[in-house]
Amino acid sequence: MIALLRRDLRLAVRAGGGFGLGVAFFLILCALVPFGVGPDTAALQPIAAGILWLGALLACLLSLDRIFALDHEDGSLDLLATSPLPLEGAVAVKALAHWITTGLPLIIAAPLFGILLHLPGAAIPALLVSLLLGTPALSMLGAFGAAVTVGLRRGGLLLSLLVLPLYIPTLIFGTEMIRRGQEGGDMAAPILFLAGITAGVLAVIPFAAAAALRVNLR
Amino acid sequence: MSLLAVHDLAVARGGLRTVEGVSFTLDAGQALILRGPNGIGKTTLLRTVAGLQPPVTGRIEMPDDAVAYAAHADGLKGALSVTENLVFWAQVFGGGDVSAALAAMDLAALADRPAAALSAGQKRRLGLARLLVSRRPLWVLDEPTVSLDAASVARFADMVRGHLAQGGAALIATHIDLGLDARVLDLTPFRARADSVVRPAGFNEAFA
Repeated sequence: MIALLRRDLRLAVRAGGGFGLGVAFFLILCALVPFGVGPDTAALQPIAAGILWLGALLACLLSLDRIFALDHEDGSLDLLATSPLPLEGAVAVKALAHWITTGLPLIIAAPLFGILLHLPGAAIPALLVSLLLGTPALSMLGAFGAAVTVGLRRGGLLLSLLVLPLYIPTLIFGTEMIRRGQEGGDMAAPILFLAGITAGVLAVIPFAAAAALRVNLR
Repeated sequence: MSLLAVHDLAVARGGLRTVEGVSFTLDAGQALILRGPNGIGKTTLLRTVAGLQPPVTGRIEMPDDAVAYAAHADGLKGALSVTENLVFWAQVFGGGDVSAALAAMDLAALADRPAAALSAGQKRRLGLARLLVSRRPLWVLDEPTVSLDAASVARFADMVRGHLAQGGAALIATHIDLGLDARVLDLTPFRARADSVVRPAGFNEAFA
């Protein structure tokens, strides 16, 4: 498992691995929004939380199809399926590698991008905590979508259609948490929901994704 | 000791049966060569034995975690070096000797080269070296000699002989003569009859 994680991380940072593309996309998106809606604090501040979370969602989506598609093309997936490593474990490790290469850089960069969108300083901790709790669910749900669409031509598009609706609960509670942070409200409810969704996803999805992979490998 | 016993096996590809009624056993130290025309179902049979797809009917008996499978795709990452590729598979499969495997397939001189820079034959040799580090007793090989030159084919045959001598077994689909002391199973008589072609195997066939 550690070997698989190390290989995936190493592949991500080597040429053509796509490390950093997600953050760059996030940056572009956050930089474009003020051009679109105008640079006033009054216009930006109410939508900042939503833009930041939508940006995180879309940046995460960019690299999802690579989770299994490349391994399927070069035959590694067949070999992993016949290896002593349980396929459920391989799914979990690959989702973790996706989170480390996509989710973690987003979280680190998010406070900076919050400033671009005039997010008040008081809401920055809420932004960080909501992303920290929410993004693992994004990677894991994405791994499920990638497992379902592996081997399909133009699977990436179908993947987006499958996965984005599954992101809705995380999006709702993530933005709600930042909004309450902005207004100084009670954040306990969104924190608990966000953590609960992520915990449930982490527990269930590896099995569902592994089952989907087994069907697709036939 | 029998490493692999196949009883009355039928396999299907895309919902269509290819071969049926296949039975054979493979003991330690033995090799079995599968032959048959294109499309008869050699690859499908091998994937079924490797556990990548379920049999339509019949039984496959073998010890747990016995199979090392090698097919047309070698499972190599172009961005990783030859050694890194092999070390990864050695770690996943719980570890044979990487440098010995490199020497066996004459890859020692290429050890630090990225796999993307290898020729087709060199990639294939690296894919076959993976069998040595997998330390699995039963090798299931689908056209292992594709794009190998004559010297590499001889080297590969030596590798298989060494594996058999150590109590391993090999199930190989190939069209060329490897010079192995092996039984040959021609699949042509086992071709599925036309009347048994359409037989949906349930819900999952929708995804096949």
